Amino acid sequence: MVLATIFESGVGIKFYMLLATALFVIGAFGVLYRKNAIILLMCIELMLNAANLLLVAFSTFYGKADAQLFVFFIMVVAAAEATVGLSILVLVFRNARSVDIRLFNKLKD
Amino acid sequence: MSTELIIATVLGGLTIGSALMVVLSQHPVRSVLYLIVTFFLITANYVLMNAQFIAIVNIIVYAGAIMVLFLFVLMLLNLSKENEPRSSLFMKVAAALAGGVLFLVLFAALKDAAIFAPEVTGPHNESMGLVKNLGNLLFTKYVLPFEISSILFIAAMVGAVLLAKRDKQITE
Repeated sequence: MVLATIFESGVGIKFYMLLATALFVIGAFGVLYRKNAIILLMCIELMLNAANLLLVAFSTFYGKADAQLFVFFIMVVAAAEATVGLSILVLVFRNARSVDIRLFNKLKD
Repeated sequence: MSTELIIATVLGGLTIGSALMVVLSQHPVRSVLYLIVTFFLITANYVLMNAQFIAIVNIIVYAGAIMVLFLFVLMLLNLSKENEPRSSLFMKVAAALAGGVLFLVLFAALKDAAIFAPEVTGPHNESMGLVKNLGNLLFTKYVLPFEISSILFIAAMVGAVLLAKRDKQITE
């Protein structure tokens, strides 16, 4: 059985470029829009996923598996980032009883 | 319009919609749940693109591990709608404007990007996203990044434990 890729059936690579761009912009918009630090971390995950989606799309488009391994490594980095970020957040919450991102302004002084 | 095009368009629209709901919903728990929906929809996109291994790993790692971590921290902090930090109207308008302009610029730059047509690939294409092929590649060509990522994981684990433990020593 030969599986035809999605790109042989009329869906262009430009469609996935548009989708990944939209997801990335929504993530960046969320970072600017929200002040809750947990949701900021979630928006960063969203941006990483947009990059993953584009990598997988091009991997399928060109028939090369290398990009899918890059996605694998991005997932590793995202997991490490979420772990450390959330534990820092819990520490900040213990001290200040809030998850407002503006609290991090205090790091300046 | 082919069936695949309809499926891809509907999936893409749903993905963007649920991603927007992550940002726009007021309650943090609702945001996390919408993010899980988004990850499942992105997984569906991966399945559509024949990336089976990445699809499964995406469910296990993102929807399984990372989102449980987020939900756990959210429940632990016991945030409610009342102490949700709010940004000013000016910041909201500025964020929407900046996001829109960023999308415009990125889309305009990518719209006319010259993409070279792929070389004709044979029928071996179907097994590209399976574990066997990716595993071969991971443990031959990419074995050094793989080992380095394990060091990164150890560092993250030690860091998380250390951060959680330091507070305990202060209270003692």
